[in-house]
Amino acid sequence: MKNEIRLEMDALPENEGLARVAVAAFITPPNPTVEEICDVKTAVSEAVTNAVIHAYEGKGGRIVVRCSLEEGLLHMEIEDFGRGIADIPKAMEPLFTTRPELERSGMGFAFMEAFMDSLEVESEPGKGTRVIMEKKLGAASREDGEE
Amino acid sequence: MEEEYRIIDRYLMIRLPEEIDHRSCQEISRRADRMLLSSEVKDVVFDFSRTVFMDSSGVGVLAGRYRRVSCFGGRVYVANASRRIRKILKLSGLMKYLEFMEREENDEKRDQA
Repeated sequence: MKNEIRLEMDALPENEGLARVAVAAFITPPNPTVEEICDVKTAVSEAVTNAVIHAYEGKGGRIVVRCSLEEGLLHMEIEDFGRGIADIPKAMEPLFTTRPELERSGMGFAFMEAFMDSLEVESEPGKGTRVIMEKKLGAASREDGEE
Repeated sequence: MEEEYRIIDRYLMIRLPEEIDHRSCQEISRRADRMLLSSEVKDVVFDFSRTVFMDSSGVGVLAGRYRRVSCFGGRVYVANASRRIRKILKLSGLMKYLEFMEREENDEKRDQA
């Protein structure tokens, strides 16, 4: 059976940890490995942090995290309504950052890509950004012979 | 929590928090840099023994401190890093700039937890 959650929150640093914990709790039913839980938590953290820092430039706004689980497949969308990304391929390049003064490593999208099975980014400048990620968890990932 | 940042011999030892993310990393960088400025020390040891989570924000902290100390011949050491933390550092391409203080037995226990 399909299960869905929607978490809407202010784009504040203190909510980054909340988003990680909420998603980690949501994905427990398919019995994921510790590694898989860590992977998902990292991906959530990267996407939500991007929204806080880049989409709203630390000035706040709203972030919506949607997750669904069906037969061990996690589908996750993290959406903001901030400044958007003009050049998505450039933004996704490892080590590229628009905020070097904040010591951002430029590895956010690279980590999302590495830790999830798929990553898609939709964005419109001035309107916002939606990051869509999927990952098979627990038995569903092992059936694929991935691990 | 002053004891989390200590000077021992010629090393600045930093005991990192449980979660290293955007929120906690600003404080880590700020306090590390303040101690590096006010002391004669040029080597930094990041102790991950308590750390269970780190995202790319932590990579920024380590890379930033490396940039700061390496121009004076300083080094950045990583101690007690779990398999997960090492995976993150490996992916970030930082490995070749860091010195590792291994403690495998402890790691295995924590990784299984």
